[in-house]
Amino acid sequence: MRNILGSFVKSAVRHVKGCSEFSSVTTIRHSSSFTYVPDTLSSSDGESTRMNLFQAVNNAMDIALGSDPTAVVFGEDVAFGGVFRCSIGLQEKYGKDRVFNTPLCEQGIAGLGIGLATAGATAIAEIQFADYIFPAFDQLVNEAAKFRYRCGNEFDCGKLTVRTPCGAVGHGALYHSQSPEAYFAHTPGLKIVIPRGPAKAKGLLLSCIRSNDPCIFLEPKILYRSAVEQVPVKDYEIPLGKADVLVEGENVTLLGWGTQVHVLQEVAQLAQDRLNVTCEVIDLVSIQPWDYETIFNSVRKTGRLVIAHEAPLTCGLGAEIAASVQSNCFLHLEAPVQRVTGFDTPFPHVFEPFYLPDKWRCLDAIKRVVEY
Amino acid sequence: MFSSKTVARVGRNYSTWKIWPKKSYSTEATFETKPFKLHKLEEGPSTSVTIGRDEALLLYRQMQTIRRMETAAGNLYKEKAIRGFCHLYSGQEACAVGMKASMISADSVITAYRAHGWTYLMGVSPVGVLAELLGRKGGCARGKGGSMHMYTKNFYGGNGIVGAQVPLGAGIGFAHKYKGDGGINISLYGDGAANQGQLFEAYNMAKLWNLPCIFVCENNGYGMGTSAERASANTNYYQRGEYIPGIWVDGMDVLAVREATRFARAMCAEGKGPVLLETATYRYHGHSMSDPGTSYRTREEIQEVRQSRDPITSFKDKMLNSNLATAEELKQIDTSVREEIDKAVKASKSDSEIGLDELAADIYAVNLEPVIRGVTSLDTVKHVNIGSRVNLN
Repeated sequence: MRNILGSFVKSAVRHVKGCSEFSSVTTIRHSSSFTYVPDTLSSSDGESTRMNLFQAVNNAMDIALGSDPTAVVFGEDVAFGGVFRCSIGLQEKYGKDRVFNTPLCEQGIAGLGIGLATAGATAIAEIQFADYIFPAFDQLVNEAAKFRYRCGNEFDCGKLTVRTPCGAVGHGALYHSQSPEAYFAHTPGLKIVIPRGPAKAKGLLLSCIRSNDPCIFLEPKILYRSAVEQVPVKDYEIPLGKADVLVEGENVTLLGWGTQVHVLQEVAQLAQDRLNVTCEVIDLVSIQPWDYETIFNSVRKTGRLVIAHEAPLTCGLGAEIAASVQSNCFLHLEAPVQRVTGFDTPFPHVFEPFYLPDKWRCLDAIKRVVEY
Repeated sequence: MFSSKTVARVGRNYSTWKIWPKKSYSTEATFETKPFKLHKLEEGPSTSVTIGRDEALLLYRQMQTIRRMETAAGNLYKEKAIRGFCHLYSGQEACAVGMKASMISADSVITAYRAHGWTYLMGVSPVGVLAELLGRKGGCARGKGGSMHMYTKNFYGGNGIVGAQVPLGAGIGFAHKYKGDGGINISLYGDGAANQGQLFEAYNMAKLWNLPCIFVCENNGYGMGTSAERASANTNYYQRGEYIPGIWVDGMDVLAVREATRFARAMCAEGKGPVLLETATYRYHGHSMSDPGTSYRTREEIQEVRQSRDPITSFKDKMLNSNLATAEELKQIDTSVREEIDKAVKASKSDSEIGLDELAADIYAVNLEPVIRGVTSLDTVKHVNIGSRVNLN
């Protein structure tokens, strides 16, 4: 036991060193160490402008409100922009009857959204933090997800989109850091999406808003300001359910979503530099449904899979993917699938840097699958 | 500014008071509070309240300590020594201090995330509060909770999820009744949380079983960035228990809060079931540190409250005008509070964080596996039990 703990401490120390590589401030506790990798646009994307994630989300909602007279945006404090400024300026532009504050009542917000959507409005609800979504869990899981099924398609709340900020932010502690995607992925009837940056967020959010199924759109809150890139100005949608191969490689498939995608891109470079291993980096993008075809094809090529997510290990989405991969790619696998995740502990306030699946832990997992 | 009739018994030998030289004090004074508003009650608390000199000095010191501690917390946050979430109580001191003054030791409290002041009143030292805010091991939760999660004997915390503490309060009240320990529970929430559905579930159970619970809506006017009028169909929060008797009280008057709590507590203790208190108060800072608190209200509004309704200044004036204390005495209290908090800040800052072995401490009472699964399927960390139970043995 002592040895196990010893290696844990060592890995934690490595982490701290890793942190200082990108941070000039070493006296302040730092975490969520990643370097944002912007998306590149193609010429067919047309005119573009520089935006961060909250601006891209704002822009998508602006387009949705402008192009769909039934669309409404609501949630706690959204009238003056919301805590992360995602809805800033929208009330001034579209009026108080279309962009409005709700009381602090998440279950009510979700239920109201379901009712609105069922009656023909496009409901775009904000839950202020994903950690606060649990009072609304019943409405989302029992009402939103099952509405269409239980009435044989006579009614549905497909025009409901629930946006909510998720994931680690550096100092969020127990109730401002969680990644609840797996809870919802367990519920047939919902679609769940996590963008990795502004350009994806805009297109995916518009797809969710216009989708005829209720969607939960999880926005990694640390990216709101730190993720900046060129975003197409036009109205565009990105298909749901499709993963993106961001870096092609031969030896190991690295799979993540949200912020973790950026950690993994750095890990791929580290693996190349230090281990001479080429990694294929995939952003899952869509949690439910998840794009098994892209993942299976990649694993059949590389024979090795490392999945990394911030949520805890047990019953995280990584478990589902690992199980599916071993069923479908068994004869191609060169090593057991590795998961690199948060610990099975509540999200710790003072230990955030040690809790997260940082690049060194991911690199360790790559070593293990390569040396297996 | 306030109507008070002073019943002064001047000149009593005050030999137990050693800090200051003997002098002619009023040993007690009586004041008129603003009228209470009542819901489903024939009679309410007395608007004539009397306080002795010792208690008045104590309440003054408590309010000043909370104010000073919150100022220190705000500064530490700006220095980036405190990270994450931090909700300050400045402006609302009279609510907690007034309630505490009418509690007995068997009573319990549960509140939301604006918890620093209550934590101190329930027995945690300023170092215990500030070190917790800084994530240091001298904190009352060894730095594991931070701003929103502080605990001590009979204080069930600091809770992060809006409204979630109120059903717990009903449960704690049930336990008081079941055990017959003579205690009652005070559950606090804000005007924002008053619209959470689970409050109404708690009200119903509490009245159904006549639980000894005081539900306290600290109405500071704003649920995060939305004013009460924009969030609540009925802003008379003291009426919102429908079948539960309610009292509106001026939450900026520590003596009115003390009296209303005494009244409500007596009803609970007599087995009459729950009471709902609404304390009309004000918060000077934003909802949390990321909210400058000026985008949904004017600076003038805040300034106006500070000047005309501040709970500490107004109580100070009462004490001076009724000769309960001299300006010099109060100044000495201010100085000693400042010194205490300055020392607490230093001590907290020089404290260390808990060790890594605590990452997986106290998740379970009995962890069926010796380890907690970690960030990879091969990584594990030993589960340990470190803390000891405070309320149950």
